[in-house]
Amino acid sequence: MKLNRKDILGIQELSVEEINLILDTADSFIEISTREIKKVPTLRGKTIINLFYEASTRTRTSFEIAGKRLSADTINISASTSSVVKGETLIDTAKNLEAMNPDVIVIRHSAAGAPHMLAGLLRQSIINAGDGAHEHPTQALLDMMTIRAKKGGIAGLKVAIVGDIAHSRVARSNIHGLTKMGAAVFVAGPATMIPRDIEKMGVVVHTRIEEAIREADIIMMLRIQTEREKQNLFPSLREYAQYFSLNRKNIGLARKDVLVMHPGPMNRGVEISPDIADGPHSIILDQVTNGVAVRMALLYLLTGGNS
Amino acid sequence: MEKKKIVMDAEGIDRSLTRIAYEILEKNKGVEELVLVGIRTGGVFLAERLRRKIFEIEGREVPLGILDITLYRDDLQTSHRKPRLGKTDIPFSLNGKKVVLVDDVLFTGRTIRAAMDALIDFGRPKLIQLTVLIDRGHRELPIRADFVGKNLPSSLWEAVSVILTEKNGMDEVVVELNA
Repeated sequence: MKLNRKDILGIQELSVEEINLILDTADSFIEISTREIKKVPTLRGKTIINLFYEASTRTRTSFEIAGKRLSADTINISASTSSVVKGETLIDTAKNLEAMNPDVIVIRHSAAGAPHMLAGLLRQSIINAGDGAHEHPTQALLDMMTIRAKKGGIAGLKVAIVGDIAHSRVARSNIHGLTKMGAAVFVAGPATMIPRDIEKMGVVVHTRIEEAIREADIIMMLRIQTEREKQNLFPSLREYAQYFSLNRKNIGLARKDVLVMHPGPMNRGVEISPDIADGPHSIILDQVTNGVAVRMALLYLLTGGNS
Repeated sequence: MEKKKIVMDAEGIDRSLTRIAYEILEKNKGVEELVLVGIRTGGVFLAERLRRKIFEIEGREVPLGILDITLYRDDLQTSHRKPRLGKTDIPFSLNGKKVVLVDDVLFTGRTIRAAMDALIDFGRPKLIQLTVLIDRGHRELPIRADFVGKNLPSSLWEAVSVILTEKNGMDEVVVELNA
């Protein structure tokens, strides 16, 4: 069985079978990162370029480690130190990279659709590492992998996603994925941060965190993008924390065995209180560990054997 | 011409494994430092059976590991089909161990080459020995088995299948002519 596509652009277009194939493959990759010699020769001679137009620690490092553990050569380009500062367009940069014959290009860009444009333009496999407020498919895949590993499955679970839904590509990808896999998804956030017609994605909308997390199996907290404060989407971080943070008081509304997730980076004391982030319900660092395995799986499935 | 020939039945397989278990113990002078590693999937079932037989003989459990060699294959770039990746599970160190690698059929030797590369990534075994139920010849690499259930001269147009109860509900080895 193989993944019958050139690129991974979003969860929206993936089928349940494809998601299961990716997650099953990722499960098998976990073990490699626990070895003394954390490397297999599978992608020897392949070149992977990480093209990041936005800041990132987790995703970029995770892709780099994933490539290296598969013996690929990984090259990182960040916009701030590239010809982008000299005014080169995305298309020109991409065409130049293509001319150097890489096998996979991983791209993060602030413009929604940037990876899709490159996918149509280049013969290389493109992996979307986050495009604007559109999708962040590898994050959703690692989240689903983590949920599956901890809960034994996804179907039938109640998942609450809390925070700035409107600007969150993590939320969008997860809503696509989790609803496809049969979970019931509830979202909550200030009314200014709930996009219009989000119900059409198959979620239930609440304006209070307490309603969304009641009896939840999983609570996914989103980073409040502090730069949004200037757009007057909420009065102050303090007030946001008061109404929408996950803390010792309101977590009791969820199921006793609730698991708390966060895609990072966290604003401790804003959307999540430190005792919850570091507490027994938190699987935030498991998400990071699984992220490497999911990205290894995608690199493996996208390269080779397709010619 | 359709032809399907049973070359080994359940008792034949069992007797071979009993003999191999004794041979492994004889050659290694017991179970000290001995570990079994089965190659997914057929080799794993055979390794489990060998482990039981060794326990019956010596009264001691031998550690058993599972190896998926997919990531070490030399045809990933050329083959059109990507094999589904299985889990590797070797929950013990291989440093200084006598590793008995177990597979069902020895053919070109490429699987064993991949398996040896994988094992070396887990440490430095004292030695690696190879056990196969069927050796059908046609080697493409300088590899030979230490313990063989049955030597089965075959033509390249034949398919040799080891059918095992754990997977297929019965035990037998069959040779079929490929269409």
